[in-house]
Amino acid sequence: MEDQNKLLHEVTQRDYRFGFVTDIETDTIVKGLSEEVVRIISAKKDEPEFMLEFRLKAYRRWLTMKMPEWAQLKIPEIDYQEIIFYAAPSQQAKYESLNEVDPELLRTFEKLGIPLEEQKMLSGVAVDAVIDSVSVKTTFKETLAERGIIFCSFSEAVKHHPDLIQKYLGMAVPYNDNYFAALNSAVFSDGSFVYIPKGTRCPMELSTYFRINAKNTGQFERTLIIADDDSYVSYLEGCTAPMRDENQLHAAVVEIIALDRAEVKYSTVQNWYPGDKNGKGGIFNFVTKRGVCKGISSKILWNQVETGSAITWKYPSCILMGDNSVAEFNSVALTNNFQQADTGTKMIHIGKNTKSTIVSKGISAGHSSNSYRGLVRVSPKAENARNYSQCDSLLLGDTCGAHTFPYIEVANKSSIVEHEATTSKIGEDQIFYCNQRGISTEDAIGMIVNGYAREVINKLPMEFAVEAQKLLQISLEGSVG
Amino acid sequence: MAEVTDKLSAIKRISDIYEANRSKISDGLPNWFNNSRQPALEAFQRMGIPGFKTENYKYTDLTRLFENENFRRAFKTDKFDVDLKDVFSCDVPEFDTHLILVVNGWYDESNNQNKSYPEGVIIKSFQKAVTENRDLVEKYYGKLAKVEDDPLTAMNTVFAQDGVFIYIPDNTHISKPLQLINILRSEDDLYVTQRNMIIAGKNSQVKIMFCDHTLLPQNFIVNNVTEFEIGEDAVTDIYSIQNQHNKTANLTGLYIRQQRGSQLVTNAISLHGGIIRNNLNVLLDGEHAEAKICGLALSDKNQHVDNYTFVEHRKPNCQSNQLYKSILDDSSTGGFTGRIHVAPHAVKTIAYQRNNNVLLTNAAKMNTKPQLVIDNDDVKCSHGATVGRINEEALFYLQSRGINEKEARLMLMFAFAHEVLAEVKVEQLRDVIDKLVNKRLRGEVSKCHSCAMDCIR
Repeated sequence: MEDQNKLLHEVTQRDYRFGFVTDIETDTIVKGLSEEVVRIISAKKDEPEFMLEFRLKAYRRWLTMKMPEWAQLKIPEIDYQEIIFYAAPSQQAKYESLNEVDPELLRTFEKLGIPLEEQKMLSGVAVDAVIDSVSVKTTFKETLAERGIIFCSFSEAVKHHPDLIQKYLGMAVPYNDNYFAALNSAVFSDGSFVYIPKGTRCPMELSTYFRINAKNTGQFERTLIIADDDSYVSYLEGCTAPMRDENQLHAAVVEIIALDRAEVKYSTVQNWYPGDKNGKGGIFNFVTKRGVCKGISSKILWNQVETGSAITWKYPSCILMGDNSVAEFNSVALTNNFQQADTGTKMIHIGKNTKSTIVSKGISAGHSSNSYRGLVRVSPKAENARNYSQCDSLLLGDTCGAHTFPYIEVANKSSIVEHEATTSKIGEDQIFYCNQRGISTEDAIGMIVNGYAREVINKLPMEFAVEAQKLLQISLEGSVG
Repeated sequence: MAEVTDKLSAIKRISDIYEANRSKISDGLPNWFNNSRQPALEAFQRMGIPGFKTENYKYTDLTRLFENENFRRAFKTDKFDVDLKDVFSCDVPEFDTHLILVVNGWYDESNNQNKSYPEGVIIKSFQKAVTENRDLVEKYYGKLAKVEDDPLTAMNTVFAQDGVFIYIPDNTHISKPLQLINILRSEDDLYVTQRNMIIAGKNSQVKIMFCDHTLLPQNFIVNNVTEFEIGEDAVTDIYSIQNQHNKTANLTGLYIRQQRGSQLVTNAISLHGGIIRNNLNVLLDGEHAEAKICGLALSDKNQHVDNYTFVEHRKPNCQSNQLYKSILDDSSTGGFTGRIHVAPHAVKTIAYQRNNNVLLTNAAKMNTKPQLVIDNDDVKCSHGATVGRINEEALFYLQSRGINEKEARLMLMFAFAHEVLAEVKVEQLRDVIDKLVNKRLRGEVSKCHSCAMDCIR
């Protein structure tokens, strides 16, 4: 036990590895939020009228809303007048080759180990790198364009494909959905847009790396993924942010629309700055993610590994509208020090024969608090709906907390809904067994935690699985192999 | 906006009822007792009528119930010429209990005399106990049932007048179960407030049964709060059988504190009732305390049954085990909220919880909300919840053995329910409940089956 405490102590001493600030000129506007600011953002981005209207509607709605208080989180008050709502790197030129890219920026990516153009043949990953809200570099666009796949920044999509945006924007997450979604709808600066045409299987994994860079800028992305009939896409989102003293706000929105027989796999590795060991600083991550299985036999998979952020408030959800549609949610959430996470999912069964699976693995250490909060709702018409949920919590140390708040609402007799949750620590007998076989306590804990999270990590695409494992190690180094 | 004004008007109306009847309510009770009413009223005014916006009442909206409620209130004993011997006899003749009769929330003096309890046992009207056993009542009153935690408890504290007071001294065993029969009987619509207190001393043993019955077909609202202190190493069972008609709203709050080494079994069987809301709070406040908490709800028509449990592990080495089941027919709705809270220093806690539900129709609806709040790493906690249907394969198997479908369904439902009933420790009682449930599933149980005053007959 003492050993474990020592190891855990070492973990809490660890500094954040990716803490650095890239020195690039950024183009920011006055801080604070007002209707004027919303108009400026829209004007700066040269947006059509319907976008401005969408933003203003959202802003006016936001003014009438209150910060939600139901989560098992202690959120310090956020002063929205102290935040700069728009920041873009000032060099906006389009690059022909890697040499033209700001070398500072490239070094940033290098430290993060992001495969950009040079590695694109090796990795087979197209990267749409978002630094502080404006998409700087998009790779593989041409290869994708050949197949009719649109993968570009949100603002480009607004310019070139306004019809698609107008049709699908707000379909999964309406502007008035919740407090943070409304805020995002009003001030979002950029994000990614993906459209997969009918019958197309996206040949590579699409990937975006988000970083929050300029000081005091809230990051408000908006991602929209549309998978047309019989298409398939796997989308990766990964995040690391440099070290900051003040809390930074991140309120993103992700919308996924899957039409008939389409399949979308959305994987996230989130490793933003979690604050130091005293709970100072760190990112506030308030994200609304929702997918709509609109077509028959459509499928949406959410996979996430959450290790960062001071506060995580995130519920990737699925609305299973189409008959025979399938949804999956797989999550590993790790909290350490004073991190707080309230995360989970919603599965709303509307269509017939819909199936959903939820696997949530929480790991808490230090003084952190980790909650699973989920809803499974079966509407009266969802014949033969099926849900299975499993929420496990692993506690490392006696000062952390693990909480489970599932909501199950069933109104159809032919449906079967199951939920189970367990909370435990690593058993002394398990450690003893490993020790007895000559494995050190440290390695044993590593093995057990890895085995515990394996079920979810295995669902991640190859590139991410490796990174996710590394992140778990970094976040719990000392106690994890 | 309309909803808000309705809510406000309901709060105001209830406050006005209190103001107007203050002297009647306080009559015969000492000042120290009456002084708790004002803070309770203020707490109630703050919280209001619980509805789906109140997190703990998300699945039981009581705003409609209180919206136009204009019931007579039982501020004093109603006089009935009810003779206990005629009122009650159980189906199983050899089932022998100490009967305690409560009519409309008032301890019935005339029927509760000449009882031979073991020495030192006090069973009397709560109102009397407030004066006669002040040391005990004052020590425990309102300590577990805190007015700021629950609006219904606050409302109960505002209007509390009478109920049952039970005291079992240290090292005393009562072998015969105590059977507390709550009878509702009124010519007009009635609102009943009942406040009970049970104190089980060190190393005592007692089994208590609550039976709820309605005798006349009027509308009733019952707001019942019981505080139950279980001493060290005491062994206690509490069973409740709720069998009321569908125009009754039965809102109960049972607050239990367990001391070191004590054992508790609770089992709430809801057979009939319009709106049933059972709040059960168990505080494990001494090491090695054990609690087994069960419930079964069978509902049909437009009934609503919501079981809420809050088990708090405050001390190390305690065990709790919850099992709740329900079968929902017609357009009935059900709710279950089970919260387990393990305090930071309550190490070696074992806490389990299971909630299984069967829906028989598409109009029936089940909402369940099992929750774990764990603030400590040395625990074994789990919960499971399912909502499903009768197993088709099992049904087919039974049919292939020559059992007709209807009978096979009943067998499966009964088997499903029996798991909860098996937890009833008193054999005779288990048989009675088994039979009641069997009949209930066949639709043969009307509201007060086990009661001799069965007015439907």
